[in-house]
Amino acid sequence: MTDATLPLWVEIIIAALVLLGATIALLGSLGLLRLPTYFERVHAPSIIATMGCWSIMHGTLLYFSLQGHSLAVHALLIALFVSITVPVTNIFLMRAALFRARRAGKNVPPSLSRTIAVEERDS
Amino acid sequence: MNGPILSWALPIALFLLGLAMACCLVRMVQGPSAQDRVLALDCMYLNGMLLMLVLGIYYGSSNYFEASLLIALLGFASSTAMAKFLLRGEVIE
Repeated sequence: MTDATLPLWVEIIIAALVLLGATIALLGSLGLLRLPTYFERVHAPSIIATMGCWSIMHGTLLYFSLQGHSLAVHALLIALFVSITVPVTNIFLMRAALFRARRAGKNVPPSLSRTIAVEERDS
Repeated sequence: MNGPILSWALPIALFLLGLAMACCLVRMVQGPSAQDRVLALDCMYLNGMLLMLVLGIYYGSSNYFEASLLIALLGFASSTAMAKFLLRGEVIE
């Protein structure tokens, strides 16, 4: 832990990256709040996992690298982990919502898999 | 400890992230269906993780990184378990 202050241009870059990430997080959450149906709402938070997370992670990486005089790549771990896990979660949630909408008899596209189609025809 | 620009920018970023978490909380409370609530909780996990990263810059300590990683891990596990529960009515079959 050093008490040396960072140069001004580094501070400007870090502040811009962090503010950009926070603004994008707010936009994604506003989209989650404002959009009318579930299948539109599920799109909005994915911008947080891509652009918001990556820009805040780059701000963190730059700050700790220049503060500690060594390359701090541990922040990269979070962004890599999030970029792997968030699509999995989103696909799971979307499939679950589609399944529940079909069960409730909503007007959604029919299933392409054979077993569920047969089950719906029989019921 | 931080310079003049970061000491202004980081509280603004913290405020924006807190506002984003409040939006997710409103959606989670008023969400019409169960999948809306799970989606809002997932989004809130992501926002809390970013909040922890910004707090780590704000206090200049890398201890917040572990908390952030832990939130990311637990958020993935809990959201997947919730989605499985919505799909089948059971988490472990």
